[in-house]
Amino acid sequence: MKNKATKYRHIFAILVLAFLTTFVSYANTDPQEGGIVDTKSEVEAYILHHIKDSHDFSLFSYSDSEGERHHFGFPLPVIVKTSQGIVTFMSSAFHHDDNGHVLVEKEGLNLVKLHGKIYELSQGAQEVAFDEAHHPINATQTLDLSITKSVMGILMIGLLLLLAFSSLARQYRTKQVPTGFGRVLEPLVIYVRDEIARPNIGEKKYRKFTGYLLTVFFFIWSLNLVGLTPLGFNVTGQLAVTAALAVLTLVIYTASGNKDYWLHILWMPGVPYLLRPVLAIIELAGALVIKPFSLLVRLFANISAGHIVVMSLIAIMFTLRETLGVVGATSLSFVLSFFITLIEVLVAFLQAYIFTMLSALFIGMAVAEHDHH
Amino acid sequence: METLLNDFSPGLFLVSSILLIALILLMVKFAWKPILDALQEREEGIQNALDSAAQAKKDMESLTANNDQLLKEARAEREAMLKEARELKEKMISDAKELAKSEGDKMLQQAQEAIESEKKAAVADIKKQVATLSVAIAEKVIKSELSNGDKQQKLVSDALGDMKLN
Repeated sequence: MKNKATKYRHIFAILVLAFLTTFVSYANTDPQEGGIVDTKSEVEAYILHHIKDSHDFSLFSYSDSEGERHHFGFPLPVIVKTSQGIVTFMSSAFHHDDNGHVLVEKEGLNLVKLHGKIYELSQGAQEVAFDEAHHPINATQTLDLSITKSVMGILMIGLLLLLAFSSLARQYRTKQVPTGFGRVLEPLVIYVRDEIARPNIGEKKYRKFTGYLLTVFFFIWSLNLVGLTPLGFNVTGQLAVTAALAVLTLVIYTASGNKDYWLHILWMPGVPYLLRPVLAIIELAGALVIKPFSLLVRLFANISAGHIVVMSLIAIMFTLRETLGVVGATSLSFVLSFFITLIEVLVAFLQAYIFTMLSALFIGMAVAEHDHH
Repeated sequence: METLLNDFSPGLFLVSSILLIALILLMVKFAWKPILDALQEREEGIQNALDSAAQAKKDMESLTANNDQLLKEARAEREAMLKEARELKEKMISDAKELAKSEGDKMLQQAQEAIESEKKAAVADIKKQVATLSVAIAEKVIKSELSNGDKQQKLVSDALGDMKLN
């Protein structure tokens, strides 16, 4: 036991060292970006930028007395599928540029990063040209498979969940009642099984779907909580991630729907025959579009809104500095953001619960045994 | 809506879908299946333990009832035995009493008979003695009175008058 702890401590120390060395090497100067956030529009742009996914992991940045910008963080690998195949490089190649100024030459292609997206310039072009709506006209978007900040968050949380719960699973081999951290996790597992899976899916069939529901619940909850830390993850606030979750739920309940479920969607019993095709269209739209859409938008909107509100309240420090003074603006910002953060902790759990609950409900509707009337 | 769709990254969707499916499969294999199995096993174990405890309690109750029955029976038996013994004792006492009484009566009768016979013998003896005595007296008197005729007569009559025959 003690040996194990020392081993983990060693691994942790190595990781910390690795991070620190990356930080130092990455703290290069970049005079191109002003980076100062002070006015309302700057704050707005900053917030909108920060709820988006990012190609590098930045913790903070500051400008020194010579006006040079220092970034603290580390670059992440960029993997894009271009017309010339898969291209990989580190995101540091863009030097924190997000406006399409820095060209990265790979495989004879010129790649630029524009508003968080990586574009491939058309042959021979050396600069991005824009139309009136600020859309690039001589560049095509690549399929971005990068290890972005969100992907890193998913990997990190996935690994942690796997470690935590497989260690709980291992404990049951030797004892009936888990000890240590497992004692905290076990009631949560029982909660999801007995309060979400069982009542919504039914005693007979719940077991098959509990694994999915448990994974989704802990995945969303932990990522929501990580989003509240200053690391600045916003994984569950990415439309693509919530869409992936919602599509998985859609696939599961569509694949496991029984005869009764499809009968009630396509040829609703007990209504006039003329109405049945109309109802079928509505029911199909409900089952295949509205249900997953409500799942993905609810989670995305709640988490994004939470991030925007917390960051806006922190920004009170700058925006109200002139009216309230430094101390007044800072204390107001602290008090408000403190309470909103507390509420966000609750929302983090609530959204995970609602997503899992609704998934269980949809699955339960698809596998329910109807008594024939 | 347009910004929303613009923010949607197909690459991230693809990557996160793949990672999620992998995570679900790994979690089911290494965590949820063993955990849920262990939980179910434990719950069944608890249920079984509770059931068997209830069964043991029931068994114990029937055993106690049995014991009570046995105790009752034993008590009744003892009671019966005691009663029997008492009856026997009484019977013996009464028998003995009767026997003693009859024996006593017999003995009394015998004694009375003996007394009677003794008395008869004694009376006969006395009569004999009286006769002898009377003869002796008569002799003496006759001896003395024979000297005096009158006196002789008187003596004989007096002596006879004093004697009482029973």
